Parts: sequence; structure tokens; C-alpha cells
Amino acid sequence: MKMLSLKLLSKFILSGVVLAGVLATPVWAETPEEKGFAIAARADRSDNGFGDSVAGMEMVLKNAHGQETNRVMTNKILEVPDETLGDKSITVFNSPADIAGTALLSHAKILDPDDQWLYLPALKRIKRISSVNKSGPFVGSEFAFEDFTSLELGKYDYKFLREEACGDMTCDVVERYPKYEHSGYTKQISWIDQDVFQARKIEFYDRRGGLLKTLSFSEYKKYEGNIWRAHKLHMENAQNGKSTDLLYSDYKFKAGLDDNDFEKGVLTRVR
Amino acid sequence: MAGEVDVSGFVGTEARIFTQSPKHTGQESNPEFSVIFNPELRYNAGNHRFTFIPFYRHDSRDDERSHFDIREAYWLYIADDWEVLTGINKVFWGVTESRHLVNIINQSDVVEDLDGEDYLGQPMVNFAKQTDFGRVSLYALPGFRERTFPGTSGRFRGPLIVDTDNAQYESSADEKHIDFAARWSHYFGDWDVGLSHFYGTGREPRFLLNGAGTKLLPTYDLINQTGLDVQYTNEAWLWKFEAIAREGQGETFAAATGGFEYTFYQVMDSAADIGVLTEYHYDGRDFEAPVSTVDGDVFAGLRLSLNDTQDTALLAGFSIDPDTSETFYNLEAERRIGNDYTIELRARFFSGADPGEDSFALEKDDYIQLRFSRYF
Repeated sequence: MKMLSLKLLSKFILSGVVLAGVLATPVWAETPEEKGFAIAARADRSDNGFGDSVAGMEMVLKNAHGQETNRVMTNKILEVPDETLGDKSITVFNSPADIAGTALLSHAKILDPDDQWLYLPALKRIKRISSVNKSGPFVGSEFAFEDFTSLELGKYDYKFLREEACGDMTCDVVERYPKYEHSGYTKQISWIDQDVFQARKIEFYDRRGGLLKTLSFSEYKKYEGNIWRAHKLHMENAQNGKSTDLLYSDYKFKAGLDDNDFEKGVLTRVR
Repeated sequence: MAGEVDVSGFVGTEARIFTQSPKHTGQESNPEFSVIFNPELRYNAGNHRFTFIPFYRHDSRDDERSHFDIREAYWLYIADDWEVLTGINKVFWGVTESRHLVNIINQSDVVEDLDGEDYLGQPMVNFAKQTDFGRVSLYALPGFRERTFPGTSGRFRGPLIVDTDNAQYESSADEKHIDFAARWSHYFGDWDVGLSHFYGTGREPRFLLNGAGTKLLPTYDLINQTGLDVQYTNEAWLWKFEAIAREGQGETFAAATGGFEYTFYQVMDSAADIGVLTEYHYDGRDFEAPVSTVDGDVFAGLRLSLNDTQDTALLAGFSIDPDTSETFYNLEAERRIGNDYTIELRARFFSGADPGEDSFALEKDDYIQLRFSRYF
């Protein structure tokens, strides 16, 4: 008995729950942190079992004068079911033509730095790169590296804020705070719908606490196995007037990819 | 894109201006112009891949620099955890920036650039297998490729030109000796490790005088070379180390390059990154081995990436031999123009060499080069 209660006590302390609070409130009441986590977890787990995916990506970069530049990529993702590990991904550039064949391999971690390798086709060189550059721009766009690589549930602490209408739906509004190092954000506020549990909007707040960017998700499509994917992501920078549209196409799931397709040695032939 | 041939590549024009009159008889002092054609054809049929990349440079001045090469022409078969490549290919091994010690499969295409980062296509059969303990790659390399050297009118040479029509070989099979290589590479957390071995005709020649004493004969020896490359990646630090041990050219010797690259990301709240690089070279070879000019040299450089939509980047650095003060300065800058064009600037200067020192022959070869390319 004594053993058990000690264990319970340590569990409460570890999970950050104040013992007095637990005693004072009914057991079914969630704290805003627990509710925020539950909503984020439900959204994150909504595509569990997707296995792997291959998709075309196009980025349309718009500067403050409205001039457009394009990037075309292919993106492969391997789901790593263990939530204490991150997914694996390869992004291969097809255009602009001078960087065609350049590829980025990432083995995401939760709180440790991701393992990343870059392939430079001119020299056919595979180069391990530092992954601390979370907040740097991805290929000159308004997306930061961390906007792609930091999608894992465990990378954040959460807090439920409120419910509100978002388009025709009702959304849970959840704040999240990066737990990993080198983030360019102090917090993000996400709008997650209550119908199919997908993100509809995320606001990113910079290191000074000011609104930096707003990301809007649209053109959701449902794939086999109840997997939802947005096909248009619009990132609007509130501070410099630039924006980037990220358009996904030709999604394929369960393409038969495995760990061997996400080893650094294959980067020489992913084009 | 099964069933379709994917065509890409570039055409480029290049101009080189030398800032001083040439040192050696036969060299020309007017600017040098080139056109470069480098198409890439790929056919992807599931587990079978076909690639063909020919290369041609036409140079206004030096017939030895005007040259055609097949950089890649291979058939690759991919199974689940192994693959076989048959044909001509380019392979890069190693981690350091200022010298590529362990990289031995391909011969240097020296007339292309002094930086040793252009290579001739190498015929091979390459078997690679991915295991839980890393990637193992085995190579059989028939058909030795001779190093390219400038001709009489070209720059970057000594007083005597290299007679590439009369190469000498230690192997009785001459250039038909079949070389072998093996490499294992893997990573352990923040450590990336590669271990390799090569047996065959070494890519670096020694030079013998011809009978008349008018030309240098490139002489290629049979060697065994074991290579190790290690990179430790920690936060914004990349620690890099390469070492070789080579047997077959004088006394067995070792050579090593080690250093670091540290990157300051988003300097002064901009999108730009600045990297600081330093590497040190050791080379223990004796006079019977091909001449190396880098023993004891220190390289230091700065890499600036603006991370703008044009991918503007700049690398500025120098290598110095602290004993003799010989210094080699290097500036490389590039930027995309529009969606399909790039412009590249290179400037290289030699200083501090006295008679008898390694780079004395090149003391008048300072140059500025501009390349304009159209990618497709």
C-alpha cells in the first residue's frame, strides 16, 4: 500500500499536477493544459496509421510588391508510430533548375535536435547539417524550417483557450509553447475544428511576443483510412508584407516505403 | 515519371581575366573564354534507372582545356536493401571543405578548376547494401582515367607541360588495370563515420622528365589507400576529420585534414547565415610520392548565405603555409537571376611564394572568372 501511494504521488508530481488541486476538484475536470493537450493529441493522432506518403509540393513566394517566385518539390514521409520518436522525411527539389536534385533528409526527434542530411547534386555530396537553424527561412519562403520539422505532439506544451466559430465549423482554440530549443516562437495559437479535428489556422508569435505570421489551411481532402490533408497552406507574414502559398498535389499513401528509403545513402538517387 | 525521359542540365559561358602577364613561354595573356554544355538525361522505370550526363567545354585558348567527357552513363537496379550500378558514375566520399583526401574513386578534372571539385566519369560496377549497421559499398573499377593538365597556352602550370599522351604506369596492364574499392558508412547519433579502402592505380601522378628534358611524363603507381572520415555535429558546430594511410609511393605515409565549421544563424535579425571555417592539413609523404603542397597549411574561410529567393551565397577564404608565408586567396560568389539563370564569380590570387617554393610557378596566375549559366 505504501509503495503504491508513493508511486501515485510521484506520478502526480511528474505530470505537473498539483496534488492539492486534484483533491479539491472533481476527478473529471480537466485543467486548460490537459484539455489543450487532449485536443492537440486527437488532431495529431487523427492520421495514425497513414504509414507513408508521397506528395508533390509547390511553393509560391510572393514579396511585398506582389512579385512571385516558384519552388517545386517532392515530399516523402515515413510514419514512425512510436510517439517518443519523430517521423522521417525526404524533400527533393525539382525547380528552380539550378538546384534540381538537392534533397533534405530529416529524422525528427521530439526534444533532441533532429538528424538532418543535405544532398548537393553538383558534387554528389551527402552532408550532415546542423538542425539548430529552426527559425531560419526555408528556401527563402515565409515558412521556417521548424514549420515543417516540428509537427510532433511532444514538441509542445498546450493550453486550451476557448471555443469559437471558424468558417462553418466550431473550433477549439489551443495555445502551444515550443519545448524544443532554438525555436523562433514564444507561442503559437492554433484553431482545430471539432468535426474532423484538423488545424484550420495557426498564429505564430515571435521572440518579442508580437504576431509574426498567420498560417491558413484550406482545400482539405479525405483519403482512405479517414486521413485528412490540406492541399493549400497560406502563410502570411504580418511584419514584412510577404506571403507564401504551399500547394500539395498527387498525394499517395502506403506507397510501400520503409526505413531503407530514408537512409542517407539513398540521397544520391532520390531524384 | 516512369516512361518519360527527363531532360535537364545547363549551358554556360565563362570568361577569365588574368591580372598579370604570364610567367611561362607559350602562355597567353589575353582573356580566356569558354562555353560549357552539360545536359542530363534520366529515365526512371521503377526499380531500373538510366542516367546519361555528357559534358563538353570549348575553350578559346587551351586545346587541353577544350574537352569532352561522359560524367555519368549508368544503369542502376534497386532492390529493397541493395542496389547495383553498372556504367560510368561519380562518387563523393568525405566531409572536409578545403581538401578531399579520402575521395578517390574519380580522377580530378584539373583543367576545369583548381579547387579539385570537378571529376572525370569513372567506369564501375558498384554493389551497395544497406544493413542495420550502416551502408556497405563495393566497387570494381575497370578503365583508369588519366588526370587532365593544361596545354602549352594554358595557365596554372610549371615551365614544362605535362605530356598526357605518354603516361607511365606501374601496372603492366597500364590503364586497363582493374581497381577495387570498398566503403562502409554509418552514423551513431551525432557522429557520421566512413571507412574506406582502395587498391589499384592511384589517381595522383608523379612526374618524370622525358628523354629530351622538355616535358613531364605523368607516372601512375599501384597503391593501397585506407581512408577514414568523421563528422561530429553538435548544435551549430560541425567538427570534421579525414585521414588516409597510403602504401606504394615511397615510404607508407599518412595524411590528415581536420577542422570545424561554426554557423551564426540569422545574424543581426536578418535571414542571413554566416559560417566560419578552419581546417589544418598534415601530409607525411616523402620525395618519392607525388608532390603535395599542403603539409602544415591552414585554411580559414567565411561562408555567407543570404537565404533570399535568389539563393545568394559567398565563400571567401585563404590557405597559408605558415613556414613560407605562401598564401592562396579564394573568393566564390553566386546568385540566381530570374528562375533559370545563375551568375558565378570566382577570384583567386597567389602570393608570397619565393623561388623554389611550391606555388612559385603559379605566381602570375591570379585571375577573376565570371560564369553565366542557363539551366533547363
